[in-house]
This record gives sequence, structure tokens and C-alpha cells, in this order.
Amino acid sequence: MPVEGTFRRHCSMPRTSESQSRTQTGPRAAAHSRNMVEMRGISKRFPGVLANDRVNLDVAAGSIHALLGENGAGKSTLMHILSGLYRPDSGTMKVEDRTVSFASPLDAIQAGVGMVHQHFMLVETQTVAENVVLGDHRLGFHMDPSAIRDTVAEQGRASGLEIDPDALIWQLSVGERQRVEIVKMLHRGARLLILDEPTAVLTPQEADTLFDRMRGMAEAGRTLLFISHKLNEVMALAETVTVMRQGRVVDTVPQSQVSRRELVSMMVGSPVLFDVAIPPVQQGRKLLSLRNLTVENDRGQTAVDNLSLDLHQREILGVAGVAGNGQRELAEAITGLRKLQGGAVVLDGFDVAGANQRRMIDLGISWVPQDRQHTGTAPNLSIQENFDLKRYRTARGGLFLDRSGQASRAAALLAKYGVAAASRHQPVRLLSGGNLQKVILARELSTELRVLVAESPTRGLDVGAIQTVHELLMEQRSRGVAILLLSEDLQEVLSLSDRVAVIHSGRIMGILPRVRADADTIGMLMAGVVPAGMPT
Amino acid sequence: MIAFLTAVLASGVRTGTSVLFATLGELFTERAGVLNLGVEGMMLMGAMTGFGITWLTGNPWLGALAAMAVGGLMALLHAFVALVLRAEQVVSGLALTFLGSGLSAVLGSPLVEVRQVARIPTWSVPFLSQIPVVGPILFDHNFLVYIGFLLVPLCWFWIYRTRPGLELRAIGENPAAADVQGIKVMRQRILYVAFGGVLAGLGGATLSLALTPTWVEGLISGQGWVAVGLVIFAGWDPIRALFGSYLFGALRRLPIDLQNFGRFRANPSLGYFTSMLPYLFTIVALLTVSIGDIGRRWGAPAALGRAYVREDRDA
Repeated sequence: MPVEGTFRRHCSMPRTSESQSRTQTGPRAAAHSRNMVEMRGISKRFPGVLANDRVNLDVAAGSIHALLGENGAGKSTLMHILSGLYRPDSGTMKVEDRTVSFASPLDAIQAGVGMVHQHFMLVETQTVAENVVLGDHRLGFHMDPSAIRDTVAEQGRASGLEIDPDALIWQLSVGERQRVEIVKMLHRGARLLILDEPTAVLTPQEADTLFDRMRGMAEAGRTLLFISHKLNEVMALAETVTVMRQGRVVDTVPQSQVSRRELVSMMVGSPVLFDVAIPPVQQGRKLLSLRNLTVENDRGQTAVDNLSLDLHQREILGVAGVAGNGQRELAEAITGLRKLQGGAVVLDGFDVAGANQRRMIDLGISWVPQDRQHTGTAPNLSIQENFDLKRYRTARGGLFLDRSGQASRAAALLAKYGVAAASRHQPVRLLSGGNLQKVILARELSTELRVLVAESPTRGLDVGAIQTVHELLMEQRSRGVAILLLSEDLQEVLSLSDRVAVIHSGRIMGILPRVRADADTIGMLMAGVVPAGMPT
Repeated sequence: MIAFLTAVLASGVRTGTSVLFATLGELFTERAGVLNLGVEGMMLMGAMTGFGITWLTGNPWLGALAAMAVGGLMALLHAFVALVLRAEQVVSGLALTFLGSGLSAVLGSPLVEVRQVARIPTWSVPFLSQIPVVGPILFDHNFLVYIGFLLVPLCWFWIYRTRPGLELRAIGENPAAADVQGIKVMRQRILYVAFGGVLAGLGGATLSLALTPTWVEGLISGQGWVAVGLVIFAGWDPIRALFGSYLFGALRRLPIDLQNFGRFRANPSLGYFTSMLPYLFTIVALLTVSIGDIGRRWGAPAALGRAYVREDRDA
């Protein structure tokens, strides 16, 4: 993750006027005389959503171009159209000055457009070499394993992306898989490489390596177009930035002529401060104590490894880490959903390890799971029924559901948490991400809770909903609840937490108080490196 | 004793050939990510058609070809319903089995009385068939057995050593990955489902034209289901499918062969027990891979039974 100073340098250059910024191009203007891509009036509608609305996009040949926007702004859809995966409802496209109409990804590949998808498109049980040559018809009918191995190894060397052609995909780290994806597209002769949120799953250090490789590829004459919602990487890498919001292009500007603040306001529509008001509170006594916790994941491997943590009343303890380092297993162990291999969960002085989920609920442990649609709610049940999922046992009515009580409780919760829904009888699967999360929070926070485990509580939500969720967490903190916040969003962890713990391979690499938690140190710890001079 | 074992193994190879064809067919279908539980129905239609056409033309090879065509057409019906219309693959496959059983019974009713029909000829390979033990087991059979011998290495080569084979494995594991690499997932899946039907039809014809040259309703008697189980037992590998099929063939023939063997002759309940063995084996194979994630470790194609639609959004 680039240091704050990187974009401050750019911010110091004042952006003069709208017209000037359009005519004046970047420092490598001479090299960019030609457009690699011209998209005109592209529209794409999915049931209920206008994902792209008359989008225009020009990408200069040989440049690094960023497509910036919040989740759901239509960036991925636009790139899926450019890579032939989706067909636009209307609009025209030119690639290298030729009008194109892609009926399939094959057409796009033949026109020199290759895309590295956010969720990697790799066959896990096959080797790197097999994945790279998959679909390449220049190969003959007979496929000699040693021949394709050599071809792919050579391709990797030539592009500076060393990969072991014999490794099976499932054995590779996420960063290595991404390298395979890039080599795959280069092997097919991609002159335009599209990367969809390339750093989403990488450690900051891996991301820096990727950025170097991307710069190298641009210098070698390729065009790079990457999707991002992270300002830092856009400022660090892109020469030109196109900002999208709600399916439309807001503006395309040279990176050198725009400030971080301006980009934010283009992204969200109005200037929004990321800062969350943190009311000063007196931290309370120790409430939850995890002692040498060891938990296995679904494949029977150790996911949480001898982990110890203390959580106090009126405290938010943020757990930062790259996805898949044991966060989910940790949350499921605390909430009673997952069996412990060893260790103790001490709640208010009593070891409750091994208690089932019902007992954990009764003890006052609430949980906001990462998977809202399946773990967090029952998608086909109504909002009202989802509200009652945890209290039907104690409600009146015995064997029968207390319908009138349900109705009044639901009406009160809908109003209190501002859930935008047609009615309390609406199935929750029809709700947007933000409203769904409000339903879960309303249910979890309306119990007598003492501990709240929140997993990526704002993932995929829009700015307004993020604000609401953050405020709700703060309110619970003031009420005395001990909150464990597990999030992949480093900004969120840093802005909400009283203390930040960094998890790597199921172990806590270090715990820092907020004042000493900076992105660099955290980034090192996330990658499993303990910086010199840090107390352990 | 050696003579007895040789006889069991030889008849195992001969009897197992029909289920070998069906197993290889289902293996390709499933490798492409499609589950077709209509094997039994396709085999029945293949057996009936092969027998009928041979009776009409006097040429068993024409009968075999017709059986393959009918099997392929029935599989295309499954492809249309399960892939194009995206109906539940299990339900569509089961419906195909019921359709095949019923239709073969109705259309085949005039054939039940027919006795004298040309069979697929037998060929004792010169010299090789004279080798003790090995000769009778491997080299003294009808031509379809030899076609089976040839087909297995061809299938293996196709799956593991050719470009189309790589694409086949990819569309069964991760159709989205194949699609973005420019592979026509739908077209290939339909072709492999049809090919699976062709082999199932040939498997049925092997029964009615070479093994028991007659037609009766329900002639296949569950061998289609055995093929489905064998694909799993074989871990989606054609070489292992060969051994599985011949093992099944030997087990199926065992009660008949045992009747001529010493002290088992007098015990009728043993016959019932041994008749049950192939099906017991199928149930155990199915159970084993259904438990937990053994299926994945055993090599089940990851996208087996799941439809692929490009513009489905996983939002």
C-alpha cells in the first residue's frame, strides 16, 4: 500500500480547470497519440438494474488507465463487455481503430483484449501450463506435456513473470495464481490487459510487486486498464483515471491533474469524510478472553493456531488481515458454530468453550457474519421472520408463532434502523446489500448482547450504508458492548478500532493501540513480517 | 482350478464389454460436467434397436450402428432439456431412463418371439489365442470386445494428451474459465453428451447382438446403473473403467460359472447371493463417493451437474 506521501505530492499540483484537464494529457502524451479502445454509448441492463448507462470510454495505447468507482458502479460490467463476456444492449466499440462486436471472449482475445478476472478463471486441478494453453488453437491436436511446459516457462521468463509450469493451481498462493492469469493472457497475445480489482486479495507487498510488473508491461508497449475502488493505488499507478458512478462515467482525467479529494467526490457524488466520530469512553473490564485457541478449517487444516486475545467492555478490537487467514474460523469458533481443537473461550470468568450456538446466543454473543445472504439471513423468509430468528423460543405463543408480537417488533425495528423495504412481509432476498445488513444488525443488536463479533460488516455497501453501520457499532461500544471487528478493509479497521490486532496464518502477529497503528506497519504484519523494533 | 478361473475371467471380459461401452460414454459426459442418469434407458433402446435392425437387414453391424444412432439421439434429448432449457439434470436423466424402458418395451414387443438373428462374429486371433490362460481370456472373443480394447487407450489419449481433451477437462471443472479462454462450452457439452449416448447405445447392442442374442423387455437389467456407479469407481479414468467393467462382468457371470464347479452346484441360495454382488458393488461405490468430500478427492469434475450460463450474475 503506497505511503500517504505519494498522493500528497500529486495533490500539491493544482487542478486548473475542467477544459484544460481534458486537452492536456499526461507526461507521455506523445506515446499516446492513438486510442487502444473507444467505447461509445455502451448500455447494459440486467433484471432490475441498469448496470451501464450510455458509457463512453477512451483508453490511450500504451497507457495505464484506471477505472475507479464504488462497488456496483458498473465497472466490472463494462469490462466484461469489453472482454466479450457480456454483450451490450446498445453502443459501439473500436479496438485499435477497428470497429468490433464481440460475440464471445474468443473474439475479444483475437482482437488483442485479455482480462484477468477478480475471481480467477483457473482450473484448480490442472497444472499452470495446462491452464495457460487452454483454448489456444495454435497448438496442434496432440498435446505433448513437455512441449507445453517449455512454451509456458519461456512465456513466463519473457514477460518477467516466473511461474512453475508443473505446479497445480490449487497449490499456488493467490499472488501466484494472479501471475498465471496474466501469463495466460500474454500467451494469447493480449495487447490490452484488463485487471479487475487486481489488489483485492493481495498483501500490500504483493501489490507493490504487481504494480512494478504492470509498469514494466506498459513500458513494453502494452495497454493496461485496471478496475479499482482504492484511491491509493489509482494515484500511485494510473496515468489516466475514469470515474464511474451508478452505471455512468462521471469524468476522465489525467492523474497528475486531480486530487484524491476530487476523485472521492466524483466517486460518491458529494464530498464525504471518512472520519467516524469516536465518542471518548472509559474502557471497561475484560469481558471475553480467548486462550490458546486452535481451530481447523473445513479441509481439516489448522486455520486458527494457538491464538490468544482479550476483549474489553466498551472496546472495538479490530482484526486486520488478508482474507483467508483464519478470520472466518475465529468468528465461528467464538459464536459456537465451529468445533475447537484446543484452547478456552472465557466469557466473564467462565470457560464456555465447546458450548453450542444456542447457548452462546443465550450468553449474549451476537454475530454479524460475512455471508449475509446465507449465513446471516434465511433468504426466502420475510423480514419479519428473519427478525425473529433468534427470539422465537422465548416469545409468547408456545408451539405457535406469536404473529402479532412479531408484527409489532418488526414494525419498530424497521423504523428504528431505517430499512428501506416495501413491507415487513418482503422476502429478505429482495433487499439490497445495505438494507440486508441493517436487518441483520437490527436482529443482533436488539438482543441483550454483551459481545458482538462483526465480520466485514460493510463489505460491498454504499457510502451511506457504511456510515450507518459504523454509527451503530459506535453506539454499541458506548453502551458497553465488547466488539470484535474482523475486516479486510484496512481503512475501516484503522478508523474504528481502539486496538488493532493483525492476523496472519491464524496467528496474531501483533496488537497495536490506535495511535501507533499505521498502514505500513500493519501491512508488514499482514504479510507475516514483524517489523524490526516492534515489541511482540 | 486354473481352468475355472480362466473361464471366469474370459467370460468376465466378454460380459463386461457392454457395460464398458456405457461406462466410457458416461465418463465423457461427466467429464464435460453433465450428469446423465438415462444410461439404462439409452442402453435398452440401443439393445432393442440393434436387435430389430439386425433382424430386418440380417447385418449385425448395421444393427450396432442403428443402436449408436438411437443412443445418441436420446442423449441429445437430455442435452436439450438439461443444457438448453436448463432443467434439473437428475430429473431429466431419470425421465430418459423411464422413457427408454417404456419405449423399448412397446416398440420391441414384436421382437420378443424372434429367435434366429445374426450375431456379431467371433474371431480367435491367430497364434495369440493359443497362449495358455491369456489366450482364452483376451484373444478369443467377438469383435466388439476387441473394439473395447482399442477404445480404452484411445479415450485415455484423448482425455490426457490432446488439446480437445484438455478443453473437455476444463469445461467439467470450471466452465467459466474455459469460456473466457474462448472455448464454446455449450457446444462441446452437447457433443460429449451425444457421444455418451452413442456409446450407451452400443453397450446395449453388445448385449442383444453378441452376449444374449435375444430381445426381452428390460434386457439390460440394471447394467446402465452399474455403468453410472463404475464411472465413480473408476475415478473418471478410462483405464480404471476397463478393469471395473471386467470385474463387474466376472461378478455377473460368477453364479452361472459356479453352477459347473464342484460343491457349489447344489446350493441355490449362493446363486442369488452372487447375482446380487454387482449391484451391491454399485451401491457401495455410490455411497463411498457421496460421503463428505471424498468425491472431490476422488476426482469428481467440480462443475458436475451444474448448468453454466455466461451472464448469470453471482451478485
